[in-house]
Amino acid sequence: MIPNSNEEAINQILNSMDHRVQPYEDPFFQGLRVEPADLLQLMLLLQDQAGMNYLADITATDRKEEFEVTYHLYAIPDNQMKIVIKTRVPRDAAELPSVFTVYPTSDWQEREIFDLMGIRFSGHPNLVRVLLPDEFEGHPLRKDFRKEG
Amino acid sequence: MSGLLRTEPYIINIGPQHPSTHGGMHVEAVMDGEEIVDVIVHLGYVHRSVEKIAESRTYTQFIPYAARLDYMATNLPAWGYAAAAEKLLGLTVPERAQYIRVIMGELSRIASHMMFVGSLAIDLAATTGLLYCLRDRERIMDMFEMTSGQRLLASYMRIGGVSHDLPEEFFPAINSFLADVPRMLEEYNGLIIGNEILQARCNGIGILPAETAIAYGVTGPNLRASGVDYDLRRDDPYGFYDRFDFKVAVAQKGDCMARLMVRLEEIEQSARIISQALEQMPEGDIIGKVPKVLKAEKDREVYHRIESAKGELGYYLLADGTDKPARLHVRAPSFVNLMVLPIISRGGKLQDIITNIATLDPVLGESDR
Amino acid sequence: MVLKKPVPPASPDEDVEQLARHNIIVTTLEKLWNWGRARSFWPLNYGCNCCPIELLAASGARFDISRYGYEVFRASPRQADLLLVAGPISLKMAPVVQRVYEQMPSPKWVLAMGNCATSGGPFRDGYSIYPGADALFKVDVYVPGCPPRPEALFHGLLELKQKVEQGNY
Repeated sequence: MIPNSNEEAINQILNSMDHRVQPYEDPFFQGLRVEPADLLQLMLLLQDQAGMNYLADITATDRKEEFEVTYHLYAIPDNQMKIVIKTRVPRDAAELPSVFTVYPTSDWQEREIFDLMGIRFSGHPNLVRVLLPDEFEGHPLRKDFRKEG
Repeated sequence: MSGLLRTEPYIINIGPQHPSTHGGMHVEAVMDGEEIVDVIVHLGYVHRSVEKIAESRTYTQFIPYAARLDYMATNLPAWGYAAAAEKLLGLTVPERAQYIRVIMGELSRIASHMMFVGSLAIDLAATTGLLYCLRDRERIMDMFEMTSGQRLLASYMRIGGVSHDLPEEFFPAINSFLADVPRMLEEYNGLIIGNEILQARCNGIGILPAETAIAYGVTGPNLRASGVDYDLRRDDPYGFYDRFDFKVAVAQKGDCMARLMVRLEEIEQSARIISQALEQMPEGDIIGKVPKVLKAEKDREVYHRIESAKGELGYYLLADGTDKPARLHVRAPSFVNLMVLPIISRGGKLQDIITNIATLDPVLGESDR
Repeated sequence: MVLKKPVPPASPDEDVEQLARHNIIVTTLEKLWNWGRARSFWPLNYGCNCCPIELLAASGARFDISRYGYEVFRASPRQADLLLVAGPISLKMAPVVQRVYEQMPSPKWVLAMGNCATSGGPFRDGYSIYPGADALFKVDVYVPGCPPRPEALFHGLLELKQKVEQGNY
């Protein structure tokens, strides 16, 4: 259960963003849905006002017409609040703002998503492939990727 | 540099075929004379497309792949995956199986840290250190072979429990191993840590400040060596860790020596946890009620994380109503930890890169997946 | 003392046997070199993944690769003659291992250790692993296993030793 002070902090952030952030039910986390344009502002507020200083993981999933990107946030060391943020981008315009300026740990994690899923992150300092060779064509984790040969 | 002399930075390549890169990693050291200006890390030499393969395997079939992620401490990633799948599928694990998982997981952690000490020794050209660590690690390999039939890559975990119960001959073996752990640590302290050359090469080298560590997502012993008291076994407990009394090893300086000392302390604490688990373990089933075909409802997702030997190992699982996951993502601690290699190496000497890589303890199998 | 009249040998081997009784060995240089090569492979420090950990265990004190004469692991391919391909070969690694193989001077041998090096192993249906080391160069011995035990590796090395001794390469 989320303690009161943290819940207050979250509510304040939701209010200050004019309800552009939608909470949703998740059995294990405080779930927040946001549009790509508001992602960076939400991250900044969560870090400054709610003490969420640790971005554990960024995952991208191929949902046919859209890509869904999921961020899991925690606070080190008190670890009271657990937040998951979801955002979606259309398949033919897969671009998100990079959160590198807020959480430097997104450096290689965003590169991996660019490499394997093909989502671009604007503002990333070095958006190149990280796991596959530079000359590799295609993005393998997409559902429509077919291995040739 | 003298105004009369024109110099240029020079790039020295380390790897991917190199004895000290812990697998296949290519590190470019940009040097200005003796000093490192920048370090560029290239990964992907061990990329085995595990996440894509997971989409065409059932939940149980993925367990051997999870074991092959962090092969130094195989039971820990396999346990993490099994626990994530159990969370997704809503299964419970019997008590005896949980205790067995703790014992196997902590043995894997000890094996990983012993290999860390040995590989640090051999990276600094102290070959004997590796032989001592390998000898002690062989006893753990024997115990894995007794229980699961495999020395190194034991697919011992199952969704819902473990595959076999502990055999009779396991208990004398593990009791004699636990009794010998203090002697082993004393030997490492004397032979390896007490060595002047190793101390000169590790003290004050590769300092990682705490805020940088948290900002870059560094977890595990590397984070604790920088003074941050954060261990998932105590702070976000899973698998009955809240029933054990153990100390979380924290050091303050954040240099290579601190990272080494934290892991040695963790070997001792893991041995303590195993003794307590052996005492508390009840009789009972080793696997819970698991349906024949494992399916979860569409769009159900979990993110489960454990304290692996390298740091926070997380599994993101998304179900689509079939018996195969729609998406599996592994949050690999080694991948994230390696991000700070350039930061801690800048301003040092070329040989410090080797020490820094060794003390960050990356496992390329999980970092490249 | 009466010298016995030399009896012409019925076959060349009998000639050799007669000489051997007098402590003289006759052979070709090639056989001598192969005898030496087979007993002193210098493996290259190469490995990606889980199989090199068993290779490391094989060079430890319990399994002891030294008793066969193969403990001299060289870091530079110019000084090595045995490429133990331990582990999967990924897309990025393939040009590297190809180059390393070409840098090794002849005669050289390749031992594919583990299922990944033999056939791609459990990752064969992924998009980033070559289906075995023989997709890149000629392999002399395959050692299956995931990972193969150190004893299995020794079996493979002894097979290679026999092969080299007989000049089968």
